[in-house]
Amino acid sequence: MTANGWCQIFLFLALVLLVTKPMGIFITRVFNREKTFLDPVLGPIERLLYRVTGVDADHEMGWKEYAVSMLLFSLVSMIALYLMERLQGFLPFNPQKLGAVNPSALAFNTAASFTTNTNWQNYGGETRMSYFTQMAGLAYHNFMSAAVGIVLAIAFIRGVARRQVQTIGNFWVDLVRCNLWILLPMCIVGALVLVSQGVIQNLKPYDTVKLIEPMQVPKVGPDGKPVVDAQGKQVMDTVTTQTIAQGPVASQEIIKELGTNGGGFFNANSAHPFENPTPLSNLIELVAIFTIGGGLTYTLGRMTGSQRHGWAVWAAMATLFLVGVTVAYWAEARGNPLLAGTDQRATALQPGGNMEGKEVRFGIANTALWATVTTDASCGAINGWHDSFTPLGGMVPLVNIMLGEIMFGGVGAGMYGMLIFIVLAVFIAGLMVGRTPEYLGKKIEAYDVKMAMLFALIFPLLILGFTAISSVKTFGTSSILNSGPHGLSEIIYSFTSQAGNNGSAFAGLATNTTWYNTAGGITMLAGRFLMIIPTLAIAGNLAGKKYVPPSLGTFPVTTPLFTVLLIGVILIVGALTFFPAMSLGPILEHLLMLAGKSF
Amino acid sequence: MKKNLITSVLMTLATTILLGVIYPLVVTGLAQLLFHHKANGQLISKSGRVVGSRIIGQGFSGPDYFHSRPSAAGNGYDAANSAGSNLGPTNQKLIARVHQDVTTLRADNRKPVPIDLVTTSASGFDPHITPAAAEFQTSRIAKERGIGVDQLRALVAQHTEGRQFGFLGEPRVNVLELNLALDVQFQTKPSR
Repeated sequence: MTANGWCQIFLFLALVLLVTKPMGIFITRVFNREKTFLDPVLGPIERLLYRVTGVDADHEMGWKEYAVSMLLFSLVSMIALYLMERLQGFLPFNPQKLGAVNPSALAFNTAASFTTNTNWQNYGGETRMSYFTQMAGLAYHNFMSAAVGIVLAIAFIRGVARRQVQTIGNFWVDLVRCNLWILLPMCIVGALVLVSQGVIQNLKPYDTVKLIEPMQVPKVGPDGKPVVDAQGKQVMDTVTTQTIAQGPVASQEIIKELGTNGGGFFNANSAHPFENPTPLSNLIELVAIFTIGGGLTYTLGRMTGSQRHGWAVWAAMATLFLVGVTVAYWAEARGNPLLAGTDQRATALQPGGNMEGKEVRFGIANTALWATVTTDASCGAINGWHDSFTPLGGMVPLVNIMLGEIMFGGVGAGMYGMLIFIVLAVFIAGLMVGRTPEYLGKKIEAYDVKMAMLFALIFPLLILGFTAISSVKTFGTSSILNSGPHGLSEIIYSFTSQAGNNGSAFAGLATNTTWYNTAGGITMLAGRFLMIIPTLAIAGNLAGKKYVPPSLGTFPVTTPLFTVLLIGVILIVGALTFFPAMSLGPILEHLLMLAGKSF
Repeated sequence: MKKNLITSVLMTLATTILLGVIYPLVVTGLAQLLFHHKANGQLISKSGRVVGSRIIGQGFSGPDYFHSRPSAAGNGYDAANSAGSNLGPTNQKLIARVHQDVTTLRADNRKPVPIDLVTTSASGFDPHITPAAAEFQTSRIAKERGIGVDQLRALVAQHTEGRQFGFLGEPRVNVLELNLALDVQFQTKPSR
């Protein structure tokens, strides 16, 4: 670890702190339908959209209608994406003449993935998706799934803030305003800033360039296997050109981070120089991932009239973030003891450490930071391959997702996930002092805690259930790339990432199979929608309750003590659930690696 | 329910046009206007031919060129097929591959090999190597090209990019640009 590395990490956190308040105020104004400086431009577009789609902007919805509207919209837009993938051969903006996304299980998995804000990818973008599918299908869902997450968090906060009413807002109005006011303007500006750093934005066919030095590469037959001659020696081919994939990348890159989606335009995601060319583009993309999640903590404080509560939640998130990044940075900087004859020390001339699957311009600090941030939030974009991290370095992203991605979190999803933990924390505090727990003047009763526990139980059930099946059946184990405990980590990571709607992967696992496409698709849909319903149920139930003024026996949710209790609840729930599985995966691999064992 | 279903269909259509078509096309137009070179991938031409992109690495393995990092993209440096190796830290394939590369490289220079020179990058076409990896190779290239090591170090220094604004990211050497400059400045290769 170097002083410069830590400077970069703290600069990042300082920038997140800096954007929290302005972002939070702006989000509050947008959803309260107050005046903003963008109204003259966006007002007419908003009204036009309501007219075309038949939305009554003054209609207020109860939690059930809100949930049904959200589910219907997600279903319809998911089907639209599926059809677009299958029909892309007939659609415009396809200079590489890419055919339909096959097999249908892959198209289903991808449609489920992008609708649920997961962006798990069983394909490489540049070899499978036309520019049209990327823009109008995948990037479109980056906007929509992010907006759906944000409006659900807002609906929950309204549930806490409102008193004795049965409604929590209008889904369509929230959705439209979120896209027009919050996401779109930041994306237009952000995309152009990224282009200024070298992120590409064009619609031309792939370029073919003549190499300076011809390369000798293994010849590959039509079956995709290397060709060998009669003596069993590898036949080599001389390659004199390089084909460079192009596309409308910047417009997708920015919403991918801002909406914590994470689905790369290219297979290598934000490690690809065309997605993330410079350290500055890297920093902008990192801050974008936490911007809305951070802002929502301020919105929580503002809408519920307890700004200090918002900051107490922010502090819990930042603390857990710092713990994660410290472990990841430390583990990656220590390097891999099994690689003899290499120089892995940090010097003025190199960052050293474990450089397998990392880019030189980012080095160790920025890759460890990215891995932590992308899984603290439910982003899942990567700038280095998690599968090639050291065992403990790779455990950090895994644990982050298992804790529910509530450190700033997926846009919206992180906030409502955190609110569930808050409900559990005040419940536990209530048990300790023997009083009915309250949260910001609302009594937390049996119904609310049951719903919160439902939310907390669906998640491990999906992960551990599907991992168990995959690790004993050949259709699961045959996809493993790395043997030994690392193979189990690959499977656990896969289902954890999909249940948590993260989308990053231990990508050695070959998941473009019927089993993983189907099981993964189901996991993503369940991990999103089954968890949203109990969330909205709590929101609706809280909105109907009357306000109880705080008394001497009320556990305050604005103090450092609350922050500590909240962190404790998060860690205990996560650790109790997943520790046995972790000890068989990354922890075991770490011990074996130190003992010099390989697989 | 029925009304919300109809709204769902219409909302999907209307917002797809706005966010899925108009937005990326507007950004494309602005990007092409404001940052034409960068929006198109910073292609480099040499005597009228496009020979690469400044920020997409190429594979170099000849003794008289600076080598780039190992690649797992397609068959190697396939810029239409980005990928990493995804080999885990305890995988014998990784250990064997690194061991083989280390052995080859140490035939020219006995020092421990800078780690980036024997590990695959994340994209599969990392345009950079560390200054340490460039320094490691200077004695070989100087010998192959029949030039002084100090001359070569000066050229490497010219093509070394420091941290952005002095503190962001890591120092790095652009391999394609360095090798192009190498050919321009020290064209006379020893007869072979």
